[in-house]
Amino acid sequence: MGYSNKVLDHYENPRNAGSFAQDEEGVATGMVGAPACGDVMKLQIKVGKDGVIEDARFKTYGCGSAIASSSLVTEWVKGKTLDEALTIKNAQIAEELALPPVKIHCSVLAEDAIRAAVDDYRKKHGEAK
Amino acid sequence: MSVDLSLDFFSLFGLPRRFRLDEEALGRAWHTLQNEAHPDRHAHLPDSRGAMQGALRVNEAYAALKKPATRAQYLLELGGVSVDAIDGNTVAPEYLFEQLEWYEALEEARAAKDIGALERLAARLQTQAGSVIEQMAEQIDDFRDLEKAADTVRRLKFLDKLRLGIDSALAALDN
Repeated sequence: MGYSNKVLDHYENPRNAGSFAQDEEGVATGMVGAPACGDVMKLQIKVGKDGVIEDARFKTYGCGSAIASSSLVTEWVKGKTLDEALTIKNAQIAEELALPPVKIHCSVLAEDAIRAAVDDYRKKHGEAK
Repeated sequence: MSVDLSLDFFSLFGLPRRFRLDEEALGRAWHTLQNEAHPDRHAHLPDSRGAMQGALRVNEAYAALKKPATRAQYLLELGGVSVDAIDGNTVAPEYLFEQLEWYEALEEARAAKDIGALERLAARLQTQAGSVIEQMAEQIDDFRDLEKAADTVRRLKFLDKLRLGIDSALAALDN
């Protein structure tokens, strides 16, 4: 199967791979999994006092497209408010990475991971909506 | 004799449609049918193409029933439950953490080139797969709870995938 150059780039040079300490100030974690293929994606965001996402980390076990999707969203969420981060849609991720139809679910997973991380942050900081 | 392509895989081998399976009976039935359906035995007949299809069907059925994960998945499909549906399925959080732990342990052992750790991981996986298979037998055969069994199939498929990862890590260290 052919991966696009952008997928290969993220796969070979993942941005922001790794983890923050769970108890670090402003850190929230989103964890999602794809039941059908066993992929697991962990996305962490670090939110500043002003409510802007300062930094992000990911750890993904899965195919190249899942790794690239999560690597890409760590770049995209930086500098965004939580609400802005939630506007990132899987279609944009899939388009940016030129994912083939069978890999669209990887971009869905990345979108879900953003939502899970934001939910976790809001739960921790009592601004659940 | 030609293979009846309309039969489900269990009926094809004359086996009861259930998860707990007499593997020896499956093996015997497969050999018998394979002999009967072998294309070479039908090469002189006008319908050698049909015979080829029959032989393929027999092998497909055997491959599906032999492994617990694919057997369970097939039983669920017969019952109208899809295991691979992507929409509307989420992995329960406790399994997510469990999966992440497995992946991290594998990654660590592979990076450290630690054969002992990989073998311990394989043994732990074997034990866990055994209990998942036992659970599956209860859910499918005893309680007919196919929705719940779908989750169990996914867990088992995950463990199968992980086993491949451990095996390839061990194979890489062998060389």
